[in-house]
This record gives sequence, C-alpha cells and structure tokens, in this order.
Amino acid sequence: MARKITIEPVTRVEGHGKVTIHLDDQGRVAQARFHVVEFRGFERFVQGRPYWEIPVLVQRLCGICPVSHHLAGAKAMDVIVGVGPGKLTPTAEKMRRLMHYGQMLQSHALHFFHLASPDLLFGFDADPTVRNIIGVAKTHKDIAVKGVLLRKFGQEIIKATAGKKIHGTGAIPGGINKSLTPEERDYFLKSPAPFNVETMIEWAQEAVQLFKKIHRENREVIDNFAHFPSNHLSLVRKDGALDFYHGVLRAVDAEGRKILNDVDYQDYLEYIGEEVRTYSYMKFPYLKKLGKEKGWYRVGPLARLNTCDFIPSPRAQKEFEEYKAYTGGKPNNMTLHSHWARLIEMLHAAEVIKDLLNDPDITGDKLVKKGKKKHEGVGLIEAPRGTLFHHYRINENDQVTMANLIVSTTNNNQAYNEAVRLVAETFIAGKPEITEGLLNRVEVAIRAYDPCLSCATHALGQMPLEVELYNAEGQLIDRKRK
Amino acid sequence: MSKPVIATASLAGCFGCHMSILDIDERILDLIELVEFDKSPIDDLKKFSRPVDIGLIEGGCCNAENVEVLRYFRKNCRILISLGECAIMGGLPAMRNTIPLRECLEEAYLHSPTVAPEDAVIPNDEELPLILNRVYPCHEIVKVDYFLPGCPPNADLIWEALTALLQGRPLKIDYPILKYD
Repeated sequence: MARKITIEPVTRVEGHGKVTIHLDDQGRVAQARFHVVEFRGFERFVQGRPYWEIPVLVQRLCGICPVSHHLAGAKAMDVIVGVGPGKLTPTAEKMRRLMHYGQMLQSHALHFFHLASPDLLFGFDADPTVRNIIGVAKTHKDIAVKGVLLRKFGQEIIKATAGKKIHGTGAIPGGINKSLTPEERDYFLKSPAPFNVETMIEWAQEAVQLFKKIHRENREVIDNFAHFPSNHLSLVRKDGALDFYHGVLRAVDAEGRKILNDVDYQDYLEYIGEEVRTYSYMKFPYLKKLGKEKGWYRVGPLARLNTCDFIPSPRAQKEFEEYKAYTGGKPNNMTLHSHWARLIEMLHAAEVIKDLLNDPDITGDKLVKKGKKKHEGVGLIEAPRGTLFHHYRINENDQVTMANLIVSTTNNNQAYNEAVRLVAETFIAGKPEITEGLLNRVEVAIRAYDPCLSCATHALGQMPLEVELYNAEGQLIDRKRK
Repeated sequence: MSKPVIATASLAGCFGCHMSILDIDERILDLIELVEFDKSPIDDLKKFSRPVDIGLIEGGCCNAENVEVLRYFRKNCRILISLGECAIMGGLPAMRNTIPLRECLEEAYLHSPTVAPEDAVIPNDEELPLILNRVYPCHEIVKVDYFLPGCPPNADLIWEALTALLQGRPLKIDYPILKYD
C-alpha cells in the first residue's frame, strides 16, 4: 500500500518547515521533500527604503545570526558608497571582523552544545525526555556550563562592537560607528578566569577533543550517516586561507577538483542561478556551469574546510591537518563531520578574536570613509551556516529598488533534501512501524546543517516532530508524536 | 508541589527573542531548576498534556498555521506573554502590510535576478499553509496578558518578568532595560 509520511517540525530555518516522504506499494521511497512553509517578502518591502537603513533592516531576517545579515548588507552598501572591499579603514575592517568572529564563536557554541551535543552524548535512540540541553545540564554540567559561557563570550563581543547582543548597529555604509575603548578590550583580555579569551581558546580546543572522542567511540555511525557526494562552495581568502569575513568564491566537486576559483563575487550572477520548485518557499541554488541537475552544492563548515587550503591560526591549523588526513586530503562528504568542522572553526574564531583584541587598530579612531557613489552593490560573507549573498540596486533618490538575497540555509536546500531522502531510504523504507528514534534520525540529518530555528527550538526543550501515515486514499492510519 | 511549566513558540519572528531568553546566560541553569519546560514548546500543541503556567509568544501571525498555534497556546496557557516587537505590533514583517501580497510573491519568485525566466513560478502546494493578507499582532487574535517590548526584549527584562511571575510579586523594571527599539 502506498503511503505518505509527514514530519512536521514546525520551526525551521528562516521560518517553518516540514518533511514529507512518499512510499510506494513496496514501501520504497518514491519521493522525499523538505518544505519551507513560511514567506515574509523582504525583497519587496525593503524597496523604497533609504539604502543606509539596509544593515539594520535585513538583520531582522534572523535573530540567531543577525550579524551575518548586518555585515553582508553593510558590505553591499560599502560598494554603493564607493568604499568597496579592501577600502575600509583598518579600524573599521578589524572591528567588523571582531564582531563577525564573535558571532561565529557564539553561533557555533550554541549549535554544538545546546543542539547537537544531546544526540552525540546520549545517542539517537536515547530517551527523548533526557535527550536535550536540560538533560546535558543535569548529567554533564561541566560541558553545559562551558557551552553557555562560550556563547556568552561571543555575545559580549558582539555587544561591545555593535551595541547590543542581538540586532545591533555597529556597521554603517563605508565603515563603523564605534571602536573599542581600552576598558572594553581589557574586559575580554584580562578578566579573571574563566571569562577571558585565553580560557575560551582552551575550552574551544576541549570541544574539538570531545568530538574526536565521541567519533572514536562511534566511528561507523558518524562516518556512514547521510554520507553523500556533492559540490562545495565558500568564500576563501585570495591565498586560499579560511576567511569568514571576506574573500573570493571557490567551488570544488566531491573529488576536490575546482569548479570555480578566484571569482569576484560582484559577478555572482554569472555563476549562480536559482530554481523555484512549487512545493517550497525556499529556492534551489545551483552553479550555472554545471546546470540545475548537477550544479547543487553544500555550504557551511563542512564545505569551508573542503574549499580552503589552510587555516591561518596555529591551533586550528593543527586540528585542520588531522581532519584533512582522515579523508586523505580529499573533500569530506560525511554529514555528521559537519560538527567536527564546526568546532575547528570555533577554535579558529577564538584565536582570531585574541589576535584582533591585541591589535592596536581595534581602538583606533578612523571609522568611516567616503567614495564615489554607485547604484548597485553585492555583499557576501561566510555566515556560521555558510555563504550569504546580498545584492541591492538603488535609484537617484538613494532608495532601494531591488533586493536579492540568497541566505546560507537556502544554499543547502538540495543537501537537506538529499539527506532526508538518504535517511528515509536507509531507516524508513520497508519498515511497518515508525519509532521515535527513527524520527530523530531525520532530525539529526537536518540538524547537522544547523538550520537556524531548530537551534533555538531545541535549546529550550526538544524539537517537536509529528509524523502521520496516510494510506493511498489519503486516510490517516497512524500518527506518532514525540 | 510540582514546578511551574513554561512553553514558548515562535510565529512570524526571527528567533531573536528566543536567543534573548538564552542571553540570561548562566541563569538558564537556575531557571531549569525553578521550572519545567514543556517538551513540545512549538508545534505539537495537542501534546499540552498538562496546564501550562506561562506561555511566551515570539512573532506575529503571517499565515494560517501561526493563528492555529497561537490559539492553542491561549487555550492551554494560564498566562500568555507577547515577547518582543513582532508579537506586540507585527514588527518588521508587518512592513509588508502596505503592499499587496501578490506583489511580494512576484518580487521574490518572478523578478529575482538569479531565477531564469523559464523557471519563474510562485510556490503553490498543498503542503504550504495559507499566507494571511497582512501580518497581525497576537493580541488582535487572542487575549494577551503581558507585553515585553524590544527587538528583542533585553535578557534582564525577560528574567525579571519570569521571576516576578514565578514569585507572585510585582514587576520591578529599571528604565535602562525597558526599550522599544
């Protein structure tokens, strides 16, 4: 009997999402889809607004990584005011970097400790009443405390650079509106342990060790879970280094061959296209060079460590070498290794924060520059979840006339669908009954890509899921909730 | 005596208000000693197997599903709080209220420079909930007991409101933590 399974985790990336799985008469997976069901219309309603409002307007897309949208919007506006990439004052560029690396630290800490660690510490089939951050706090209090404080440290860095922890105002077209005072700087450098940058670097290093330990003990599960080949895309620094704030576009295939290299992102329209599918409000981006069928790609920590050549900080580079050696230098296509990559990035962020705090420019007073006005600008950044595209045009009255946004989570759209399909084929096909642990596996696959809203949902309990089984006539025959 | 139960939901919001709850930082470890979080805070509303003491709602209502979730929360929560700008006034998503919905959809799916003309189509599927003509604040749909302003509300404000409610004492809100930004 053919049937349809609906999995509805109402909260999802940049809105609400759900999964539907159609099984044919033999119980094989006929179709598996990830739907994003919310629509907000930013592209239209920012039209007519003055361009300088963009960095504070668009960050309201996402309260989990508002700094990404704030900075991508500001970078596009830099181009519009004629102070494009590389032309900011050193103080402005370093303050923005500090804000962004602070965000990387808080977002990655949130994802690993609050969201992913319950699955990894307790197992996919553990009692769902324990398998959440509260369970972690009760049984592994030291890990929970470190997670909470790592996130706090990142949030405090954002507050010091942007004025607020969420939806601040630090970046403006052509620069920033404040630099650090020596007191603010010393709060992070010299506060008594644990709340100082040295301790954060140690704890970030411990988190990498924790993942490696879990990996050693569960190698087969972690390596094989939703393991599929794909292309990978990110910004890299001109010399191939990992860089979250700025760079050129690079894409590699599943074997590591370069598809795009050294691409100036102002020209992104030549390289990136998007497909609309009627079942989801989230579009499907692809590399034009390979076409719609074969051109989809992944972004985020896994992709970044596949595209970059090295990490420009000593401790993270050492971890990166070990990580790369595990796949013999080839791209890593294992979904759950995203966590490993994410923690190496968190360590890198902590190291960079320390370097920036020790840089005399961070307390400088040259904040803004002016240039020759343009009417179009593109801003890209590596958000915690991956490459984020912002593209705007303005008119002679300085009003926005066009906005095009490709958010990180959208870039991973096909990857979600692939992961869901693979998990469904491996664990659901042919099974007469749906178990709670099975539902959680679908979550685990989606969660590895760190979709924004599930972090928050999971952080305050567990992600709610509902699966419904329909027969071929569309009658409800079974329902399971967790 | 059993612990008070808290539930939360995000409707048409950005999750910034939920992040601001987490910004109570170390106090989150105290909070989980004081209260129980409902296991399915967001979508699985029939699972409110026990009465909830405090429901926190982030975001206004932009589609039929938001309205449904909000009504279930009202039905099951003794105290319902609108948390943040979007729940209270619709917030930034309500900027679309002066624009016909069709124009918003056309801009995103038909006029996008990254979408080839032959691919341009507005998503339309039975799995997608109905979008409302405009974004509504929560109190226009159900009765709301308290309003905590801010985009997002300051973490100290959230902490003060929760502890005051749990202890049954009046809110004592210092001016610097009450912001309508």
